[in-house]
Formats: sequence, C-alpha cells, structure tokens
Amino acid sequence: MTDLPFSTIEAVDAVFLYIFGISGLLLLGITATMVVFVIRYHHRRHPQPQPSPSSKLWLELVWTLIPTLIVLSMFWYSWEGYLKLSDVPPDALKVQAEGRKWSWSFNYENGRSSDRLYVPVGRAVRVAITSKDVLHSLYIPAFRVKKDAVPGISTYVWFRAPEVGSFDLFCAEYCGVSHSSMITTVEALPQEQFNAWLKQGKKAAPVEGPALLTRHGCSGCHSVDGSQRIGPTFQGLFGRQVQVVSKGQEQNLIADRDYVQRSILEPQADLVQGYPPVMPSYQGQIPRDELELLVDYLCSEALSIPPAGP
Amino acid sequence: MAKLNDRGFLQASNRQPLLFDWIFSVDHKRIGLLYLYSVSAFFLVGMMLGLLIRLELIAPGPTIATAQTYNALFTLHGVVMIFLFIIPGIPAAFGNIMLPLQIGAQDVAFPRLNLLSWWLYILGAFMALTSLFSGGGPPDTGWTFYVPFASETPTNVSLALLAVFIIGFSSILTGVNFVTTIHRLRAPGMHWGRLPLFIWSLYATAWVQILATPVLGITVILVMVERLIGLGLFDPARGGDPILYQHLFWIYSHPAVYIMVLPAMGVISEIIPVFSRKPTFGYKAIAASSVAIAAAGSLVWGHHMFVSGMSDTAIMVFSLLTFLVAIPSAVKVFNWVATLYRGSISLEPPMLFALAFVFLFSIGGLTGLVLGSASADVHVHDTHFVVGHFHYIMFGGTGFAFFAALHYWLPKIFGRMYNMKIATIAWAIIFVGFNLLYFPMMLVGLHGMPRRYYDYLPQFQNLNVIATVGSWVLAIGLLLMFVNLYRGIRRGTAAGNNPWQAATLEWVVTSPPPEENFSQPPQVSHDPYDLQQAGKP
Repeated sequence: MTDLPFSTIEAVDAVFLYIFGISGLLLLGITATMVVFVIRYHHRRHPQPQPSPSSKLWLELVWTLIPTLIVLSMFWYSWEGYLKLSDVPPDALKVQAEGRKWSWSFNYENGRSSDRLYVPVGRAVRVAITSKDVLHSLYIPAFRVKKDAVPGISTYVWFRAPEVGSFDLFCAEYCGVSHSSMITTVEALPQEQFNAWLKQGKKAAPVEGPALLTRHGCSGCHSVDGSQRIGPTFQGLFGRQVQVVSKGQEQNLIADRDYVQRSILEPQADLVQGYPPVMPSYQGQIPRDELELLVDYLCSEALSIPPAGP
Repeated sequence: MAKLNDRGFLQASNRQPLLFDWIFSVDHKRIGLLYLYSVSAFFLVGMMLGLLIRLELIAPGPTIATAQTYNALFTLHGVVMIFLFIIPGIPAAFGNIMLPLQIGAQDVAFPRLNLLSWWLYILGAFMALTSLFSGGGPPDTGWTFYVPFASETPTNVSLALLAVFIIGFSSILTGVNFVTTIHRLRAPGMHWGRLPLFIWSLYATAWVQILATPVLGITVILVMVERLIGLGLFDPARGGDPILYQHLFWIYSHPAVYIMVLPAMGVISEIIPVFSRKPTFGYKAIAASSVAIAAAGSLVWGHHMFVSGMSDTAIMVFSLLTFLVAIPSAVKVFNWVATLYRGSISLEPPMLFALAFVFLFSIGGLTGLVLGSASADVHVHDTHFVVGHFHYIMFGGTGFAFFAALHYWLPKIFGRMYNMKIATIAWAIIFVGFNLLYFPMMLVGLHGMPRRYYDYLPQFQNLNVIATVGSWVLAIGLLLMFVNLYRGIRRGTAAGNNPWQAATLEWVVTSPPPEENFSQPPQVSHDPYDLQQAGKP
C-alpha cells in the first residue's frame, strides 16, 4: 500500500524539483567546463595543442555509469510519483466527465450535471473521463493532473483541491477549431456549500435559455449576436429562410420549431450550406424538459434581429 | 590551390540544357545540392509560417488569423519543417555530397535510385502544397494526424497523407543507398575504425530510415482507408481503437526524431576536433553511441502516450527505456567537451554553431528527462513546455548543426569563402533570438498553457509577447546568415582545398570537387582526425 499524499500537487512537484535540480547542475557543469576550456585553450593563449590521450577507458566508464545511476534514480522516483497519481483514495467523490466538441459536462451520482466541475475542498475527487466524439484531454494545471478523453473507453484522474477557489480546466488534446475555447473551471467549495449545491439536483431553479447554451456547449460554435463562428448564428434564426442539404439534396426551408429541434437531435439531417458537418448529435444527451426550454428560447423574441439603430 | 575558374562538378557539361543537366544528373554532389536548395527553400517557408503563428499568439483572442487558419498554419509548419526540412536536411543534402567524398568513393552505390529519391521528395512536396488549395482546404489536424479527428475532418487530409507516404519512400531509398555505399564502396585502407564520425551517424540513421519508415507508410495508408471507405479500424463505435493509431504513428515518429538528430551529432563530431586541432576524444564511444541511440531510440515511442489511457505497465516500461536512451546522448556531450581539453581552439563560424549546438542540445536533452518521467510528464504533456523542448532539440540541435554544416562545407562545395565577421554577428543574433523565443515557451508551458491554442487566458500573455519578439530577432539573424552565405558562394574569395586544415578525405580534393571525385581510388593511410596528416589521403 502506497502512502497517499495529501494531494497530487506534492506528488508531481517533488519529481519536478528532483529532475530540474539535477539537470540544472549538469547543465551548469557542462556549460562552465566548455566556457573554461574555450577561454583557456583559445589558440591565441594556447597556440599548440598539447597531446592528450584520444580516449581513456576509465573516464568513459565513469561518465557512462554515473548518468546511468542518475537516470535510474529519476525513473524510480518518477514511477513512485505516478503510482500516487493512479492510486485513488477509497473515499473519493465520484464524478463522470464527458468531453465533446467543444465543451465539458460533469455528471454527479445523484443526477446533477454541470458544465463546471464543482468539488468540495479537501476531499479526494475521482473524475472518470470519456469523450463523445474525438480525443480531448482533461487538464487542471493547478492540480498537475491530465488524462485524455478517448471515445469508447473510460480513463480517470483524481485530485484534492487544497483550498476554496476557482481553478482553470483546459482541453489539452487538439480537437479542432474551437480547441482553445474548450475551457472551464474547477469550483472548489466548502463541504456544506458543495452539499447544498449538489442537493439542488434536478430541482434547480428553472434554467434560462442562455445558461442552457453554455451548459450544453452550444455557444462554442453558435453566436447570439450575429457574429460569425463555426456554426450559423442563432440571431434571427426563427422564421429565417435557410438553404440546407438534406440527404444530398439542396433545398430551402423556413426555420420553425420542428427544424430547430431536429437540428439539435440530428444535426446532419438538414445541414446548412456553407458549414462543415461537425456538430455532434444531442439525441439522448439533453433532458426532455431542457430540450423544450432550449427550443423555446431559440425561437423566442429574445433572439430576433434588433431593428437597425439610428 | 584551386583557381576560382576551375568549377569542378559545378561546370556546365554543355551536353544538354543547363536545367536538365541538374535535375536529371546522377552525380551525388549535384543531387545533394538539389536537396540543399530544396530543403533551404522549405526551411524559409516553414520559418514564415512559424513567424505567423508567433504573431497570432502575441495577444489573446483573434490577432491576424481565424482559428481555422491558425490550425492550418501550425499543421503546415509542422509538416513542412519535419518532412521537407529536418528529415532530409542533413542526410540527403550534406550526406549525399559528403558521404562518397569522405569514404573515397566515386559516387553512392545506386546513383539512379538517388535521383529517384529526390524526385519522389519533390513529388511529395508538390502534393503537400496541392492539398492546401484543393478539396476541403488546408489540413487542420496537426502534423500528428490523430484519429478520430483526422478521419472525420472535412479538410484535405487524404492528399497530405499521400504526400507523407511518398516522401517516406524517398527517405527509405536514401537509407538503402547509404547503407550499401558504406558497406561496399569504402576506399582501400578506409576500414570501419577509420570512418569519419559523420559517416557513422549516417549509417545509424540509414538503418532507422529503412526499418521505421515503412510503419509510417502503413499508418498513413490506414488513415486514408479509414477516411475513404470507413474501415472502422480506429473507430470505437465499430470495435476499433484510437490509441492503436497513436502506437503506430509513434513507432515511426519517435525514431524519426533520431533520424533528425543523429546526422546533426555527426556534423558536430566532425567540426569540434578540427577547430580544437586535436583528435576527437573517445572516437569509439561516439561511434558506438550513435548505434546505441538508433537501437534504443526505436523502443521508446510510448513516452508520447503517458496520458493517453495506455496501461500502467506500458507506462513503466516506456519511461524506463526513455531514461536509458539519455545515456548515449550524455556520453556524446561529455566526449565533445573533453575534445576541447588542451586543444588550440579557434572560434570560427562552424565552431561557434557547434558549441551553441552542445549548449542548446543539452538544454533540450535535460528538459526531455521531465517528459520521460511518468509523473512529471502528466503536468507538461501537450503544453508549450513540450513545444519549447522539442524546438531546443530539433532547431537548437539539428537546425544549428545544419547551419554549422553550411559554414563548414559550403567553401568546399563552391570553392568560395563567406564573410567571417558577418557570419559571427549573424550567429550571435540567432543564438540570442533562439533563446528569447523558446525559453519563455517552456516557462509558459510549466504555468499550464496547452499547445495548439489559438486563444489563451490573459495570465499567459507576458511570456508569449517575449517569445514573439524573440521570433523577430531570430528571423533577422537567419536572414543575415543566408544573405551572407549567398554572397559568399557568389562572390567570396577563393577558399582553397582545405581552409580549415581538416584531415578527412573531402579536403584532399579540389574545391569545388571534380566531377569524378578522385582520379584514382585514394589509399587511406591515417585516422580521420589525425590533423598532422591534413590534406593527405
């Protein structure tokens, strides 16, 4: 049984310190020797090379064996550190993370889901990771943990947030055009506050349309102000005439409720011309009530094109 | 002393139009020069792309390009620099020219195959360029072509993969040619213990090219099949495995790092003894470590996959092997430094680049230890730390060795000398600009900035600004260097047969070398770094 450290941070930082420390000394030694030799044996100061042996077996052995011992110690120390990253404390809180182009969703055992990773301070958290589409990678620099999200398999990281606060969470595996927008945060709350947040569960106050756009990762690709992103803008969507490709056939249709809902559940069914077929299907990914709220919002006045100002 | 009007192999034959005289020549020196011009041109293209990437990253948010364009930029920068510059850079350009000269041969073993290699390389390059302007537009996958992304993206990935496949063949043919040449065409007296260390490094490299490149060929074909007919080999929904792709890709692409860096080490092993006026220290250790790196380096690919979801046992084994491959590299560095001891050192441009190589390569190698570490790697994997690290190896290492080789051998190839003072100034600017560019990258990676990010959080900006300014300094130094070299080969003073008083065989013949290299096979009578014998076979 390995000694579990308080957090993954110490486990990794100790290894960094060890390797960087020795590397720094080696670099300093090599560079200093080189500079001293170049100055001392510069041809102006030292016009005649002095004969010196063209090899010395004991010297070759020494500078082969010493680095061997150094790297073996580095290997072992690193491996011990890795075991601390992979041994999850048994009392860890379990969270499921799913990456998709280009957002994260975090699901808790009681059915609560969120686009931010809420965790209680001081408690170990085990995040099981998978992906809906291409490779992603869940990376929390502050806790020194990272693991790829691979479609079809489940990977994991664990960590323990040392203090209350908000910590960046990145996607670290290149996943396409909005890779660098696939950012969210870990929100570390005191245990009671976290419990309260978790209990809200499904009974959460009715969510607003804009919140749904972020929760389900829509706003990564679709704007609400008419600006150009990967997908068509939501501004003025309802009632707009759209040119789409349906089963290879071009056609014009008017965006109504049915069309909007179909585009969420089967994005490839009627693909708007000029846009790449990259949106994942949300079939089974979005609760019925939230889907209706979302369609309501997308067809609402809030998104109509504002009259041209003076 | 050669006269300047004796143009050796550069002399037009008047047998056919001048252009045909070059692009259909089977003379290893002419083919080498064709490579040298091509790789230099692609280096400049890659450099422009790099400058654009850095300019985009000077501030968070959109700066000069859209996200899609940025993704195409870094993909293209990687593909151009790796497949069109670094891999063929030293072996196909300088190796082609110097290999037969250094072992006292008239040409390589298969001169026509050699010409075919260059044509395949050009065909591949042409297809890579075509992929930008046809089909679904420039590929946006990164040079690693990771699936499932690469099998789904609508951009023109298939054509780019075909280009990589063809360039791979060019690399295999060069490898076959070099191995055969070294085995069969050594001059009398040039036994294995007298091979110049550059030749030893080419020999080790050639074996890696022959054995590893076919795996790349198979891998890119599989991705093309996946894209064209949806085989499902890498698609988990149909029982495939995306991690399988990563294994296949890195089985080639990690050894490829050694294809890129071994010949560079060979160049450095040539230059340091000549400018220290001393035989190289530990000839056998340096030669053996080239072979050791080639062998052990073929078994460490998994260190690219520590966070991929690969099993813990595999991580342990690959981490151990990765740490072990550091040893022969360290041995080389120690032997180079020991060669300086009690020498009579002159700091001419080739030597300056060689010493800078030792320093920058040491930084690259030592920061690589962090990446071989099973636990430390978790934090810095796929961040700018990795980008900084491999530029220290690939550019600080191989790039600087390429520049060292240019300054060392161009006077031999063209018979003219460049301006030493300007070359020294250019070296200093390049050295400063290089560190200004890549050191902050490693720092920003340690702070957690992932790579391939078009946009970043404001806390990363300061270091990114420094890196971008560094890229400008570096570019100015590089332009100065290239202009100076160009003026040198056009209008420089006569260099003479042996300007550096080196003892390897290429310095025995005139500069530029005659078309047939040696009028009769030289009888080799001394070791390659026995500088008392400089100028004699």
